[in-house]
Amino acid sequence: MASVESDPILVVSDLRQEFVVTRGLRRTRFAAVDGVSFSISSGESLAIVGESGSGKSTLARAILRLVEPTSGSVSYRGRDLLALNAAQMRAARRDLQMIFQDPYASLHPRRTVADIISEPWRVHPGILPRTEWDARVLELLHQVGLPPSYAAQFPGPLSGGERQRVAIARALALSPEVLVLDEPVSALDVSIQAQVIRVLMSLQQELGLAYVFISHDLSLVRLIADRVAVMSKGRFVEVGDVEDVYTAPQHPYTQALLGADPALMDSLDGDDPGDIAPELRERGTP
Amino acid sequence: MNPTASLDQQPLLDIANLTVTFPSEHGPVRAVRGVNLRLRGGESLAILGESGSGKSVTGKAALGLIGSRVRLTGSIRFEGDEIVGADENRLRALRGRGIAMVFQDSLDSLNPVYTVGSQLEEILRVRMGRSRSDARREAIALLEQVGITSPETRLHHYPHQFSGGMRQRVCIAMAIALRPRVLIADEPTTALDVTVQAGILRLLKRLQRETGMALIFVTHDLNVARLVADRVAVMYAGRVVETGPIDEVYRRPAHPYSRALMHSHPSAATSWSELHPIPGNGPSKSVVVAGCSFHPRCPVATERCASEDPPMLAVEPGRSSACHYAEEVLRGER
Repeated sequence: MASVESDPILVVSDLRQEFVVTRGLRRTRFAAVDGVSFSISSGESLAIVGESGSGKSTLARAILRLVEPTSGSVSYRGRDLLALNAAQMRAARRDLQMIFQDPYASLHPRRTVADIISEPWRVHPGILPRTEWDARVLELLHQVGLPPSYAAQFPGPLSGGERQRVAIARALALSPEVLVLDEPVSALDVSIQAQVIRVLMSLQQELGLAYVFISHDLSLVRLIADRVAVMSKGRFVEVGDVEDVYTAPQHPYTQALLGADPALMDSLDGDDPGDIAPELRERGTP
Repeated sequence: MNPTASLDQQPLLDIANLTVTFPSEHGPVRAVRGVNLRLRGGESLAILGESGSGKSVTGKAALGLIGSRVRLTGSIRFEGDEIVGADENRLRALRGRGIAMVFQDSLDSLNPVYTVGSQLEEILRVRMGRSRSDARREAIALLEQVGITSPETRLHHYPHQFSGGMRQRVCIAMAIALRPRVLIADEPTTALDVTVQAGILRLLKRLQRETGMALIFVTHDLNVARLVADRVAVMYAGRVVETGPIDEVYRRPAHPYSRALMHSHPSAATSWSELHPIPGNGPSKSVVVAGCSFHPRCPVATERCASEDPPMLAVEPGRSSACHYAEEVLRGER
């Protein structure tokens, strides 16, 4: 759990991510992320929850500059990532890694698991001597709960949960301090999800990683996050300690979201609002 | 003990020893391996399973929506009439009026180049013999019934002009247009946001109340199943491993897989350390496991489980389980 005293490791201030949208002949600007601010400390998990089109995945990408934010700042240990040039940013990515939703798209099918995990050392030469790669690959496999025999395998026969653990091992290869996880288990069956979640949370305890955890799964978020930010239409509408937000949600959107979660509902009594309830509907993503 | 013996009523849908075998490069794949299910009029049954369980294939087979290269054995009777081996004409007569289906992806279910109104009206004219004006009137009423406001205007819109949730409502309107006795909903809310999902689930329950149709709800989501269904059939590796009233199955599962599935679910835990994953991987499509298909992942398996496939047996009135140790599991002694 997070220690409250520690200084934030990552501070995001007034981050904005606009896209140009063409509707017919008109070009307009659309802010997928519309002024988001938060900070996170080592060992802490901040969950960002929201529905599709809320901007949560764009926010994840903007933090790591996988898209170029329009304005605002992302400060990691006091350095503004948005001010870095390409080479400096590449170096900074050692400390901030991302895990994506689809473990089938994120692993190269013709590389062995060992090659996949050691790829970051190829990209960042000088971090780990070549002679130590094999031993470190095995160590990383062990950390994510995979047997050493997987090192020589191709990802093809691996299950979704195993692939996601390989992706986590690759992210850990550079000993990052922050992981941005974009729906890391939502493509997996629930019985397998639990494997990956346990690996992630044990790693956090062991290594003191900070997690920015993007999710739409409210029951899962309750178990893993210290704080939760509820995102709607590009903005955080509510941020707070996870128990506070779940037991006493303040914003009407948070209330609607929690009220519609099947895990938290008692019955389907009550009215189906039909296609009215526009205040709850998201704008479509561009 | 026969769970339905007390009911004189013939089941509306009676699936017996159904197997579905797909051809593949690696030889035949048995997606469904001896499924027995009974559905009574007005009932709502959830088919609950993870990927590879055969839950969707079972649903599709009940409508004869299985390609010609796929081998179907066993029996599916709707009001006593056999569906397995029935020709296209008989299947067509059955679809819509007897059994209708709603799928996960509403965009695939609608024709993008016709307005929603013309697709609805076509069903009513061709299948119900309605006149043009009657079909129009009924289409408007159907859209209204599924919670679409200003149906007179929406009738003229194309599928892409609707949001995902609204499109799913249109698909539901098309499915109920012929007043089916059974609606099979295959993960109908999986692609939708939770606030939209809640509306669709409420709609399905309301339609069921209004029309008295029976509902088969195919899902991977334990909580959605609990909200929608009276009874659950838990599937694993192409078989039903447990059936019973859903609240009882959730409270006291009689199959180790059902129990493990519940323990792996975040809503059953208060901290991540209470999440109990099911060890190993999901069932393989091509490798057939000897004995019980769950035994390689089962925490209570014995040698017997590796050799002897357990039959589905009643454990309590209205409840069955396919586990050699079902009664001990049910009593929490194993």
